[in-house]
Amino acid sequence: MAQAVPAEQKWWSGGKSPFNLEYGKLMMWYFLMSDAFTFGAFLISYGTIRFASNGWPDPNKVFQSFPGLGSGYPLAFVSLMTFILIISSVTMVLAVQAGHAMDKKAVVRNLILTIIGGLAFLSCQAWEWTHLHHEGAWWGSNPFLNADGTKASTNFTNFFFTITGFHGFHVFSGVIINIIMLIMTLNDVFERKGHYLMIEKAGLYWHFVDLVWVFVFTCFYLI
Amino acid sequence: MHFMENIQEITHHHSFDREAGKKEVIRVTVILTVFTLIELALGFWLMGIEAQFMRHLIKGVICILMLAKAFYIVGYFMHLKHELRNMIMTIVVPLLLFFWFIIAFLADGNSYKNLKNKYDPYHLEQSKTKVEAPAHEGGEHPDAKKEGSKE
Repeated sequence: MAQAVPAEQKWWSGGKSPFNLEYGKLMMWYFLMSDAFTFGAFLISYGTIRFASNGWPDPNKVFQSFPGLGSGYPLAFVSLMTFILIISSVTMVLAVQAGHAMDKKAVVRNLILTIIGGLAFLSCQAWEWTHLHHEGAWWGSNPFLNADGTKASTNFTNFFFTITGFHGFHVFSGVIINIIMLIMTLNDVFERKGHYLMIEKAGLYWHFVDLVWVFVFTCFYLI
Repeated sequence: MHFMENIQEITHHHSFDREAGKKEVIRVTVILTVFTLIELALGFWLMGIEAQFMRHLIKGVICILMLAKAFYIVGYFMHLKHELRNMIMTIVVPLLLFFWFIIAFLADGNSYKNLKNKYDPYHLEQSKTKVEAPAHEGGEHPDAKKEGSKE
């Protein structure tokens, strides 16, 4: 629901922010919109190639290993990664809300939890990439057969490593941004400014990373 | 100091009951978790299903759940639902391009496949030839098994 605004409120008559948003936060939104098109273009080109192919590998055969358990566990490891990212998104919201309440201790605690979640996700991805690489999968190399037993092209691995790699890079930069936010919070930068709006911008970026994963997870592992 | 006034306005505007905020976060977290669990259950179900129509149907449901999750993340975690309507429109309206984007490109991919199968019988025959499954667990050097064919 949009904010209820009195009809006589003149947002565009000057002297106030017409979108009632701080400049940086608005620009973060527009950046994320453009980033959504970048990821959208990646995923749609993946879909186009998949629609143009007679066969495609079965994700449940490709992604079926779990560290310490061996193979035969389809969807298990990626479920873990998904929940890690959802939980880190939750702690990020809590950090933003703590910022509203000017509760520095809660901001620090939730930022640390978010950073740990991000690092856990990156570790999972590193393990998965290493495992797939050992099986012979990489850009330009696909050891997996199509679901119907026919020979697969390298499109599957090329798209997988490119898109999860691009997403992983976003997670990585998100972790770096959150670490910077943590240092700034600990140095009382936001206390002196009188507001924690910067945490909100970092939060928007972090949620976007979670949002993209929802799509990557569905497109590569589920369907 | 206009800038400071704006900041004041914004922080006041967004100041809300923290307990209510926490409740909303818990509610959305539960929704996201449940949707993800349903997606996973459908994913497991999908493994044992052969009928093409049923497979497409389940995949469709998974995609709807994916969009629902996206709505909750953007609307509540990213707070977009609580912004001003005009601002929401500047974000959402450009994203409508995705309707064209997805339909046009997937249809194009499908048409390419059909045309290629029609005019390139060799390609069609190749894509129907089953091959031996390579041993995955051997841990050989990846370069030793470059068997992906370039399209």
